[in-house]
Amino acid sequence: MADDNRLISVQGLKVYFRSGHACARAVDGVSFEVRKKETVCIVGESGCGKTVSALSILGLVTTPPGEIIDGRIVFAGQNLLELSEKEMQKIRGNHIAMVFQEPLTSLNPVFTIGDQISEAVRIHKKIGAESLREKCIRLLKDVGIPAPEQRLEDYPHQLSGGQRQRVMIAMALACDPDLIIADEPTTALDVTVQAQILELFGAIQKKQSMSILYITHDLGVVAAIADRVYVMYAGMIAEQGNTEQIFRNARHPYTQGLLASLPSLSKRGKRLYSIPGSVPNPAYKPAGCPFHPRCPHKAPSCSTEYPKMCDYGQGHLARCPILFQDKGHHT
Amino acid sequence: MLSFIGRSFVQKIITLFFVSIVSFLIIHLAPGKPSQVDPMNPKFTPEVVERFRKEFHLDKPLYVQYVYFYQDLFTGKTVSWKDNQSVLKKIWERFLNSLPLFIVGTLLTWTLSFPVGIRSAIFRKGIFDRTATFLSYLLISIPGFFFAYVLIIFVVTRFHVPVIGMVTFGIGDASIPYILMDRIWHMLLPSVLVATGGIAVLSRYVRSQMLEVEGQDYIRTARAKGLPPEQVHYKHALRNALLPFVTMFGLILPGLIGGSVIIESIFSWPGMGRMAYEAILARDYPIILTVNFVSAVLVLAGTFISDLLYLIVDPRIRL
Repeated sequence: MADDNRLISVQGLKVYFRSGHACARAVDGVSFEVRKKETVCIVGESGCGKTVSALSILGLVTTPPGEIIDGRIVFAGQNLLELSEKEMQKIRGNHIAMVFQEPLTSLNPVFTIGDQISEAVRIHKKIGAESLREKCIRLLKDVGIPAPEQRLEDYPHQLSGGQRQRVMIAMALACDPDLIIADEPTTALDVTVQAQILELFGAIQKKQSMSILYITHDLGVVAAIADRVYVMYAGMIAEQGNTEQIFRNARHPYTQGLLASLPSLSKRGKRLYSIPGSVPNPAYKPAGCPFHPRCPHKAPSCSTEYPKMCDYGQGHLARCPILFQDKGHHT
Repeated sequence: MLSFIGRSFVQKIITLFFVSIVSFLIIHLAPGKPSQVDPMNPKFTPEVVERFRKEFHLDKPLYVQYVYFYQDLFTGKTVSWKDNQSVLKKIWERFLNSLPLFIVGTLLTWTLSFPVGIRSAIFRKGIFDRTATFLSYLLISIPGFFFAYVLIIFVVTRFHVPVIGMVTFGIGDASIPYILMDRIWHMLLPSVLVATGGIAVLSRYVRSQMLEVEGQDYIRTARAKGLPPEQVHYKHALRNALLPFVTMFGLILPGLIGGSVIIESIFSWPGMGRMAYEAILARDYPIILTVNFVSAVLVLAGTFISDLLYLIVDPRIRL
């Protein structure tokens, strides 16, 4: 892991949400990194803390009730968590851009597409009106919107869901950011449109050599685009590795459960596997390993000790000492 | 667009027709008769009552009375039963009296509610928001007449200026600046009273509307672009939060004629509200019905204007 190749690294991030006396530990000591020109996926169920982790990078967690308790987010040599709001504004959209889950509600209904895209450019770059317009048209063309000249004057409600997401992506690309965080950008879209958007992300990355942090709950998407994968469960990173390692050689019972529950042709006619139990409420997480109540391999120590990261080599790590011992990885 | 205006216009006319029927019937259903307002008055002999009934067609069936009344109204010949003066002229005079009160009150309400409400929403749960919330609920819960007396006592004892009525009685030949100041002093309290109630309610609406919009996804998008907070709040949020107020703005218009009965009564302000109230007590049907009809017209015109405004401000509404 060469240090200079690192674009952003999140270290021991803890984000808690307080409401009354309850404290939901949404993100509880999460570390991950994105290298240059890399597509990294964070995969996990709803409520596992993946969106909150992403929002913390841009300082967009609503406080209160959210609160970043601990951790560092190092980007371009500085800790983003220590920057002032003014300094963060220069990072947002300019160096790190974000694409959100709901293209239907993420665009402002009362401003035109052209307005909203050019605003993203104007805020960070000095640019004349004429070249601004040209830039917007080029951006829309890049994300595959037909007749971009006319689309500039359109309002969001005049576009289809897929087109709106393309506009969101165009907005994110507006300042040629180093990192794009995509928070389930295809969840609200139907499957054919999803495939097109994924293709678009791939094409953009190749062309502009930027990094993408892609957040999803869809393992199919992960397999299609990821270089490396982080599997999150209940506010912790359960397993990390490259796509090959995660899909062929999962070392955490949760990842194994997820993969086993994927439908496939070979399992046709059989009942799909499902992980027993349900995701713990982040305010009342079980002691020890948060996954132990649902885990088929649980040992007595699981309910008392927080699991350590176990290194399988070549960047493949899993937070399950039990399976690590079984396989005889004693060091 | 034109077809929308035409259709809407026809609809409003039809509505107005039904309003005219219903208000006419309600007035006649109400207990008491114009000819019997004061049965103990020795001047009201049976002969006089009979002549009165004949004179104003009260002996005819209702639908005939209805036709007579609206015929008079549209030809401008309606007269008050009390003093035989033209109703339209009376209303116009009172309207001119109410107008300054209405304008100052409305201006104060709309210009102050928005800054207060927006600030409360942006700095939610801060000192400003808590204070504004407390004061709003205080002003909403204090009865207007009580608050009015507190203010009157305060102003009269502290500044020694008369505040009742529109002008000080017998001021006739004073200098112009003096008369002007006198007018302003008289207008101050009633308009402040109109405004405080309005601000208390409207700023709450603005706050809740603003809070709702601030929670929307597109606000997060705007922040994620790196926009400074002012642009997020005043461009992206405010523009959306304003939409519902277009409806309320259209409904200001009827306030022109309704006036404020309580405030006008307290301050002996010879305005529309008080005239309508007195007309109801006197069963002066022509005045009541005319005021009713004009305010119905204003309500319909107000909704029509807000429909048109929506077309301009909300791009999602197209015809």
